[in-house]
Amino acid sequence: MHGLAETATGAIGYAFPNDLHVHWSLMIVLYPYITGIVAGAFIVSSLYHVFHVKALKPIARFSLVFALAFLACATLPLLNHLGHPERAFNMMLTPSPTSAMAGFGYIYSAYAIVLILEILFIYRPTLVVLKDQATGFMRTVYNVLSIGSDNLSSRSLHLDHKIISFLAGLGIPMACVLHGYVGFIFGGVKANPMWATPLMPVIFLLSACVSGIAGIIVAYMFIMKIKGRPVDLECIRTCIKYLWGFFILDFTFEMLELFSHAYMATHHWHALHELYWGPLYISFWVLQVGIFSVIPFFILTFMNLFRIGDGLVKFLAPVVSLMILFQVLLMRWNVVIGGQLMSKSERGSVIFQPQWLEKEGILPAIIIMVLPLVILYILSKVFPFWQEDDPYVSGSAASGE
Amino acid sequence: MMDAIQSEISRDRRAFIKKVLGGTIAGSLLLVIPAGAMDVPEQIPGMREQEGPFIKGKKFVFIVDITRCIGCGSCCVADKNEYQVPDGNYRTWVERYVIDDHDNVYVDSPNGGLDGYQKPRTDIPHPVRDTFFVPKLCNMCEKPSCVQVCPVGATYQTKDGFVLIDQKRCVACSYCVQACPYSVRFINPKTKTADKCTWCYHRVRKGLLPACVNVCPVQARKFGDVNDRNSEVYKILHQPHVVSVLKPGMGNKPSLHYVGLRREVV
Repeated sequence: MHGLAETATGAIGYAFPNDLHVHWSLMIVLYPYITGIVAGAFIVSSLYHVFHVKALKPIARFSLVFALAFLACATLPLLNHLGHPERAFNMMLTPSPTSAMAGFGYIYSAYAIVLILEILFIYRPTLVVLKDQATGFMRTVYNVLSIGSDNLSSRSLHLDHKIISFLAGLGIPMACVLHGYVGFIFGGVKANPMWATPLMPVIFLLSACVSGIAGIIVAYMFIMKIKGRPVDLECIRTCIKYLWGFFILDFTFEMLELFSHAYMATHHWHALHELYWGPLYISFWVLQVGIFSVIPFFILTFMNLFRIGDGLVKFLAPVVSLMILFQVLLMRWNVVIGGQLMSKSERGSVIFQPQWLEKEGILPAIIIMVLPLVILYILSKVFPFWQEDDPYVSGSAASGE
Repeated sequence: MMDAIQSEISRDRRAFIKKVLGGTIAGSLLLVIPAGAMDVPEQIPGMREQEGPFIKGKKFVFIVDITRCIGCGSCCVADKNEYQVPDGNYRTWVERYVIDDHDNVYVDSPNGGLDGYQKPRTDIPHPVRDTFFVPKLCNMCEKPSCVQVCPVGATYQTKDGFVLIDQKRCVACSYCVQACPYSVRFINPKTKTADKCTWCYHRVRKGLLPACVNVCPVQARKFGDVNDRNSEVYKILHQPHVVSVLKPGMGNKPSLHYVGLRREVV
């Protein structure tokens, strides 16, 4: 192991000598996975706040905080990956205008500002009430978070509502840019025939929506289970409907991309063919397509076309959502790692096996994926996720949203 | 008669020892005398008169003559010594192509060709139709994708056409490694920054040829100013030779040209 770049464990055929290193490792698999969950969770919230899908009200606020928890960790895999993380800010201070990657800092920051502002405005009435109830340190926290304002007049709330609608509306294209852009980072690499496709941003965006919705379903049902509260089944059924719709689009585009490559059969396809039927056979055909796409597709179709009982929804919804979360993770793996397995020699591919204790290995990956959940837990202590726990909602008939 | 022969041999021996001693002393002196005091002949005409940060009036190209390369690996050794390239990473390497009479193409480059190709391949099932060596190095593209993708401008193109890396700016995101169609880039595990062949920019600025060009015993590697009509590279590129570049479809416009490039070479 060379510390920085993971060394492939072997090669099939002839790979260029420098291609034996898989430079974008597990960390770069996680990066689009995390930003995808962020963008997808935001879309769930926007379905309520902008498109007025009333059934999603129970999870509309939670989705935003969920997105924030993951957004807070989106840069961690990148920083862990960089050879010189201490120079990371140069991407914003001295960006190269021609680089797709140089946009990340700006897009990420702008999106973070919109997301945080939206959360603060949505929670403002709640935070004001909580500030009055709190003492000591928490009172200071709530004072800061409510932006020093405790005006809960109907005129003030009306203004809040306008601002929230504006931010949510602004957030949709920004979430799309955030993740479409991540797809472009890969789609714009002409040297890699697996990545270089204009469909890449589209596929990334759709898979982001899918992973975000699935993530919200799993998290919501899990938290309700722990709290011993009833799950809002109308909400879950609606989520499943959207999950089905987005997943059909996502899976169709993933397959179309591959099919187009195969049908056009340029000389690149011959190299890609070797890859898909060689090193990627298990992780792509068997796992991503076979088990984690086809089976969830049939489960989702079954759940949406037939009126099934509440018990079955409660059982199938988290199962299918978890499967979809795996599908998206596998898709990220197959794109990021898979694309690098094929040498630019077009005559060979390398074998890559992540290690547990490497700097960019499996253990750091697990830690980075657990961190957003820890942050979510901490955020739950500040922002009441559910209407039942909200002193403002329970204390007044008017809804702040 | 025997005495005469004996004395002749002795005289030869003495002369030989004298020469060896003379050579050793002269060689040692070269090590002691500061390099600046040495008058190393200028290998690239007009370079020592250049002033300012950029080389003016010159356009450098690199030409690899595949019909000449013998796969000795001297260029790789010279390069590794010049830059202390860490094992497993290659600023330049030499590939061996073997084509059998069934038109199967076999390519290998064990250790990047650093040890030379001293033994023939024994795993070719059919009679060999053709075999040749292909040295690889930075293509010094006119439209470099590495420069395009570098988020911090650490990889840049100089006004005189060199693509270089600022080790003090590079964050080692590896985007350039992904973007290079020729796989000439790597992340140097010592500096933790991107690294690649520079066509020995530091030597060129002093009027010297790149290290690999300097050591090639068969002149398979050529370097020079294509604006100089007397240069060998000008003559090669402007006379009817079979000259091509790697992966022209990428649109990178390499300044690295190959004489006798075969269609099997990627």
